[in-house]
Amino acid sequence: MAESVTRREGWNGIATDWASDQRAFKDVPWGKAMMWIFLLSDTFIFSIFLLSYMTVRMSTVDTWPNASQIFSLHIGGSDVPLILIAIMTFVLISSSGTMAMAVNFGYRRDRKICTYLMLATALFGATFVGMQAFEWSKLISEGVRPWSNPFGAPQFGSTFFMITGFHGTHVSIGVIFLLIIARKVWRGDYERGRPGFFTSRRGQYEAVEIMGLYWHFVDLVWVFIFAFFYLW
Amino acid sequence: MAHAETHHAPAAQTAHAQAAHAEGQQHPIGVYLWVWGALFVFSLFSYLVDYFHVQGVLRWSLILIFMMIKAGLIVAIFMHMRWERLALTYAILLPPVLVLVFVWLMTHEADYTAITRDLFFAAGT
Repeated sequence: MAESVTRREGWNGIATDWASDQRAFKDVPWGKAMMWIFLLSDTFIFSIFLLSYMTVRMSTVDTWPNASQIFSLHIGGSDVPLILIAIMTFVLISSSGTMAMAVNFGYRRDRKICTYLMLATALFGATFVGMQAFEWSKLISEGVRPWSNPFGAPQFGSTFFMITGFHGTHVSIGVIFLLIIARKVWRGDYERGRPGFFTSRRGQYEAVEIMGLYWHFVDLVWVFIFAFFYLW
Repeated sequence: MAHAETHHAPAAQTAHAQAAHAEGQQHPIGVYLWVWGALFVFSLFSYLVDYFHVQGVLRWSLILIFMMIKAGLIVAIFMHMRWERLALTYAILLPPVLVLVFVWLMTHEADYTAITRDLFFAAGT
């Protein structure tokens, strides 16, 4: 009956959880705690990218290229500033919305809707990567390189390719991860206790929530990239 | 006594099942839809800051405010941090705050580099 013990809250709860001489993160499956710790380390990686961007942007003697103009698209006879990036932002937010609902339907054991929502999330993610590929091609054709560009400070290219490239890689890995978990949900692996192909362990529906944590993190990083790189 | 014991076993199992179930985060769909909408609105606001060419301190503060609101909603609701125990919340959310110290250090480093470059490039050496 140890599971039904009422736990303490607040600072007292933190002290008793950590001092319990058991697992510190109560009420959390170990896989979820591990995903959170991985995301913490990933936070530091992206922080360092954004910090280096800040440092080179502050210390360059050349003028920084105007992101608003560079990422504008010619639509309907006029240049709409930053429109592609805005659409990418909305696509990624929508993918986060469908992912959050997929987690919910997973715990309800509604395999069909859960799978559809995860596939929708993967589709939004793939759309995002596609638009990023378009953006990269456009900038490369305009002469933007990691070491120089026609718009101003050469550091613009290196930070742009590094930060958006690393984020795009995360999105691509997320899409693959989503398709794998969606297949498992569709097949009913988490109900029949089918061992995973890599870990040989039986999974639970918490796998969908853990997948969700990764996906929301990718969206979260984009919030910071959008603010600091594109809008600043 | 025997009756009490036989009755006790299924109750313990139910409690165990409930505790195991409590590990999964289950919240109404409406909350997610509401956050989804809010994220759309705040993204639109951030975009409008650029669209209407808001400049200077107002631009930077608006960008940061909208960014923090969006980040907070994603972490708190979509990632369920609001409903986790504080031991996990603080273990995950406090370490990134230390990045601000790094930011402070690097602003000074960048200023120093910029001043040095201005001095030497302007002097033509």
